Amino acid sequence: MDYGLDTKSTRLKTFNTIFIITWLLIACFPFIWTFWGSFKVRADFFSRSDWWYAISAFNTLIETGGQFTTNAYTQAWTEGEFWKASKNTIIVTVFVVSISLFLGTLGAYALSRSTEKYAFWILMAALIFRAMPHITLVSGYLFPFFELQIWGILPTTIVVLVAINQPFTLWLLYSFFKTVPKELDESALIDGCSYFQAFRHIIMPVMWPGVITAGLFSLMLAYNDFTVTALLLNQENHTMVPKIQSYLGTNQHEGNLMWAVSAVVSATAPLFMLVMFFQRQVISGLTAGAVKG
Amino acid sequence: MPNKTFFWFFLPTGLAMILFIGLPIISTGIQSFYAQHDQVVKEVKKCDPFGCTVSIVVDNEETSKIREAKPLGKFNGFGTYTDRNHLAVEEIKKFWNETESFGAFVDQVTNLPFYKALIFTLTYCLFVTPNVLLLGFIIALSLNAVARKIRGPLIFGTILPMIVTPLVGSLVLFWMIDSQGIIGANIQNLMNDPYLSLKSSKTLTWITIIIYGIWHHSPFAFVVFYAALQTVPQEPIEAAIIDGASRIQRIKHIVLPHIYPVVTFVALISLMDNFRVFEPIIGFSAEGSAQSLSWLIYDNLVNEEVILFGSAAATSMMTIIGIAILLAPVLIRTWKEFKTAR
Repeated sequence: MDYGLDTKSTRLKTFNTIFIITWLLIACFPFIWTFWGSFKVRADFFSRSDWWYAISAFNTLIETGGQFTTNAYTQAWTEGEFWKASKNTIIVTVFVVSISLFLGTLGAYALSRSTEKYAFWILMAALIFRAMPHITLVSGYLFPFFELQIWGILPTTIVVLVAINQPFTLWLLYSFFKTVPKELDESALIDGCSYFQAFRHIIMPVMWPGVITAGLFSLMLAYNDFTVTALLLNQENHTMVPKIQSYLGTNQHEGNLMWAVSAVVSATAPLFMLVMFFQRQVISGLTAGAVKG
Repeated sequence: MPNKTFFWFFLPTGLAMILFIGLPIISTGIQSFYAQHDQVVKEVKKCDPFGCTVSIVVDNEETSKIREAKPLGKFNGFGTYTDRNHLAVEEIKKFWNETESFGAFVDQVTNLPFYKALIFTLTYCLFVTPNVLLLGFIIALSLNAVARKIRGPLIFGTILPMIVTPLVGSLVLFWMIDSQGIIGANIQNLMNDPYLSLKSSKTLTWITIIIYGIWHHSPFAFVVFYAALQTVPQEPIEAAIIDGASRIQRIKHIVLPHIYPVVTFVALISLMDNFRVFEPIIGFSAEGSAQSLSWLIYDNLVNEEVILFGSAAATSMMTIIGIAILLAPVLIRTWKEFKTAR
């Protein structure tokens, strides 16, 4: 922000630059380092003798004959069945995003156009639901799901994730719908549209930015979820995040630590790309509820 | 909108929330009053040429029969809530009577699993939330002073810790901080202590998880504060500059009051998120020295022999009560505003 009259001293500018560079290093270096290390062998990235091996690739040269190796990736994706986990993640994500957008837009539109008191109370209830730790809900699901024998399969998890995601989606879309002037759908109603037609043909076409934002957040929730997927899916149906945990083993010296490293990179890369493309939507979503107070 | 139309529009999402958020809470409540069945034991008489011995073994057939007939377990009332793994009423009474100093009493109590987890969860919230607000605000101020052209990439770099899932975020840090990683190894060299490692000390583990929490949540506070800073009006700031206000005075008296509602919003959201801290404990493999309420529930649910539904449900209910206490001030304030608005 340029304050016009405000002139900054050079000292302040230097200090500011140093601060930002330090912060960016703290924020990004762990990811760069993990990416770099995923192309080494375990003896280098988790070196017991000298951490510099991770840069000089001492053991990677001995074991594979090159500076970099993609062994961890090929093994994790084939032997480690990470392909299956990513397939499951794709299925879960696609369904969760489409179903929660469908339910969320309908519900949020109704909430934004209702003048009744109960709309306020529904929004409050959604806020309380939003605050529930997911693990407490999971402890409520497990027993009934075992009894109904619907535990372990993807559809159950999809429905649960959709429901858990609804409170946030409702709040987000509600604040977006509020910005669409009421006159728009009122005039459509006068022209003889039903509420649903007004919603479908008049409101939705101007709502795409909001829908994309809400979709991105549903996607991040479904893609990143650990609590629900780890406890409600069986081994066969695990998505990426619980799969990464299963590579860790019970302690550091078992399991396939390098598989976990390459799996972390494989799972994170698409997410980063997506956020890079949709950065503006992510930020507008995070601030939608906040800035209006 | 007429009530009937509202109903049909809201039905799908309302049904999803009632079925999968409302009912599970009730289901958790019911489960918390039941405990898993005891194993049925029977006496087996074993005779050999040297005489007969009677031993007690578990009757697996009978046990599974009872479990099938009553899968929920036996009714336990508030028994699970008061047992050693939860509120530990008996134990606390005993400690109160037996220990000599108050310090020793506190020591004993904080070693009970539930209180240990509660103290970690509260400590985590207490240290992470204010620091997240502070760091987020400083980053927002600082980025706001940078030339507009390069802000995009800087914002992207800043929000990276927030968009990865906590498990991945904590793993990525853990692999660096661990004694075999880049930071851990260098700290060992620096301190000249080859045995210094994250797992060796409880305090170090707690500090690491708290630092992770700040690292993970600050970008969220940053994004919200950054957007709020864009809406701060220019005129009062220019007037303040003419009047000779320093930079800090301007922030304190103009910027902060303007974005105050946003600060409460961020504080509330990050408090809610911090209260459910769970994945970093798994990511840092810190189960030994740091347990949170959510982790206790998880641990009961992945129990290898029998899933401890009752125990997990009781902890869940108490966690929900904790959340309710945290949210109460906000709800009361909203209720008052709502009443005056009418």
